Amino acid sequence: MNRALRLLRRRAVGSIPVLLIVVVLTFLLLEAAAGDAVDAYLLSIGGGDAAIAQSLRASYGLDQSMPARLWLYLSSLARLDLGWSVAFDRPVRDLILERLPNTLLLMGSATALSFAIGSALGIVAGARPGSGRDRVLSTLSLVLYAIPGFWLGLVLSTVFAVQLRWLPTSGIETIASGRTGLSRAADIAAHLALPVATLTLVYMALFLRVMRAGMAEVWGLDFVLFARSKGLSRARIVLRHVARNALLPLVTMLGLQSAAMLGGSVVIESIFAIPGFGRLAQEAVSGRDTALLTGIIVTSAVLVILVNLAIDIVYAALDPRVGASERGA
Amino acid sequence: MRLLRKLLRTPEGAIGLGLLAVLALVALFAPVLAPGDPLRIAGRALTTPFTDPAFPLGTDRLGRDVLAGIVHGARTSLLVGLAAACAALAIGLCVGLAAGFAGGIVDEALMRVVDAFQIVPSFLLALAFVSVIGASVPVVVLAIALGAWADPARLTRAEVLSVRERDYVASARVIGMHPVEIAFREILPNVLPPVLALAAIIVAAAILTEAALSFLGLGDPNIVTWGSMIAEGRNVLRSSPFLSVFPGLALVVTVVGVYLLSEGLSKVLSSRGGAT
Repeated sequence: MNRALRLLRRRAVGSIPVLLIVVVLTFLLLEAAAGDAVDAYLLSIGGGDAAIAQSLRASYGLDQSMPARLWLYLSSLARLDLGWSVAFDRPVRDLILERLPNTLLLMGSATALSFAIGSALGIVAGARPGSGRDRVLSTLSLVLYAIPGFWLGLVLSTVFAVQLRWLPTSGIETIASGRTGLSRAADIAAHLALPVATLTLVYMALFLRVMRAGMAEVWGLDFVLFARSKGLSRARIVLRHVARNALLPLVTMLGLQSAAMLGGSVVIESIFAIPGFGRLAQEAVSGRDTALLTGIIVTSAVLVILVNLAIDIVYAALDPRVGASERGA
Repeated sequence: MRLLRKLLRTPEGAIGLGLLAVLALVALFAPVLAPGDPLRIAGRALTTPFTDPAFPLGTDRLGRDVLAGIVHGARTSLLVGLAAACAALAIGLCVGLAAGFAGGIVDEALMRVVDAFQIVPSFLLALAFVSVIGASVPVVVLAIALGAWADPARLTRAEVLSVRERDYVASARVIGMHPVEIAFREILPNVLPPVLALAAIIVAAAILTEAALSFLGLGDPNIVTWGSMIAEGRNVLRSSPFLSVFPGLALVVTVVGVYLLSEGLSKVLSSRGGAT
C-alpha cells in the first residue's frame, strides 16, 4: 500500500500547478466579459446611480487593478472561499455544495451502470471478434455513441414520461411531498431513472467499444496462444486472461471520461430540470454571473483531479507494475 | 487515390464516405435545394409531415419549412465540425511539436497547460467562452477547438519523442538545417498519420458539441442549426414530436457517417502496416 500512497502523493502535488493554470486562465477568460458583476446586479434591480455602483465595486474589490484582483481571488480561493454569486445573492461555495450531490448521484449511477453493462457487453462482443454477435453489438454501439445525449433524453422523456406516463418528466423529487426514508429514495430513483438511462446508454457504447477493441488486441498476444496450447477452456481464457488484461485501458478511459461526463451533465440536467451542478452552470451563464461560473469551472477541475487520483489508486491495485518505478509524466 | 480505393473496399469506409458525400452535396447545394432564407415564414404553422407536398417534412410553430432547416442546418454542422477540428488539430500539432522538440522546461510548461485543458470539462469551457465573447460561428468554432486541442497535442508530443532521435533527424541536424525547418519538414510529416486518425473523432465530437450549444441557445441566432431546431421543437414536444425528431435523426446520421469513415480509415491504415 506504501507504493500506492507514494504515487498518490506525487500525483496530488503534481496537480497543484495544473489547477493554478486552470484558475488563472478561467479568471482571464471571464475578465474579457463585457461589464462586471456590479453591472449585472444593477441591471437586475432596475438600475442605480454611479455612487452606489462605486461603493459596491469598492466593497467587492472590483475597483482594483486586474493583477490585484487575481491575487485577491487566489488568496480567497486558498481559504476555500469561491466568492459571492451576484445572481443568487449567496456565497458561490454554498450554491455549489448544495447542487453537487444531485449531480454526483446522477453521474455516479450512470457511470456505474454504463461501466458494468458496457464492459459485460464488450466481453460478449470481444469473446469472438468478427462473429455475428460481435458485428451486431459493434454496429449498435456505434449508432448509440453517435446519438446526441440531449436528443436521446428528449426522445426518452417523450416516450416514457409524456406518452406512457410511466415516469416523471422532470425534477429530482416530488416537491413538498413530505416523504422520508425509503419512500423518498424511491421517489428520487423514479425521477432519476430517465436521465440515468440516457447517460448510461450513451456512455455504455463507449465502454463497450473500448473493451471490445482491447480484447481484440489481447487475442493476438503470445500468452493467449500459450493458454490455448495449455488446453485451458475457452471461458477461462476469455474471462481470466483476455478480458482481465483488456480491463486496464477501460479504467484509464473512466478517468479521461470524467471531465466529459461533467460537461455532459449541463444539457441532461437542463432537459430533466434537475437542480444540479450542470444546471447551475447554465444559470450562471444566463445570469452573467462570472464569479459563479469561475467557481463552477474550478470546482469541476478539482473533481476531475480527484476522480483521476482515485483511478490511479485502482490502477495501482490492478497492475503491480504501476508506481514500482518512476514513470514519465 | 489508392487510399480511397482501399477505403471504399471496407464496408465501413464505403458507407461512411457515402453518407458524408450525400450530406456534403446537400450542404453545398442548400440554396438550390431549398431556396431563400430557411428562417423565413413559409406557410401555415405546424403542418404535419408527409401531408403537404410543398413541405414534405412539415413546418414548425412559426410556419418555417423543416426540410429547408435541415438542408441548411447541414451546412452549419459540417462547417463548424470541420473548422473546429482543423483548428484543434493545428493548435495541437504546433503545441505538441514544440513540447516534444524543445524538451526541458518548455515541454514541462506546455504539458501542464495541456493537462489544465484536459481536466476542465470542454463543454463547460465552450459554454463560458461563448457566453463571454458572444455567439457567432467563428466564436463557436474557437470555443469547441479550445476544448479539443489537448488530445492531439499529447499524441503529437508522444510521436515526436519517438522519432526525435532517429537517424534522419540527426543527419538533418548535421547538415545544418534550422531546428524549425527540421520540426516542420522532417518530423511533422512522420507524426501526422496517427494524429490525423484522431481527426474524425474530433469532427464528430465538434458536431455534437455545436448541436448541444445551440440547443441551449448559445449558437449563432441568425443561422439555422439542428440543435436550435431541436430546442424549438421541444416547446411543442407533446403535440408535434417530429419537429425535434427530424433534426435529431440528421445529427445521428451525420455522426454515424463520420465514425464509420474513421473506422474504415483506421482499418486501411493498420492493414498497410507501420502506422498504428
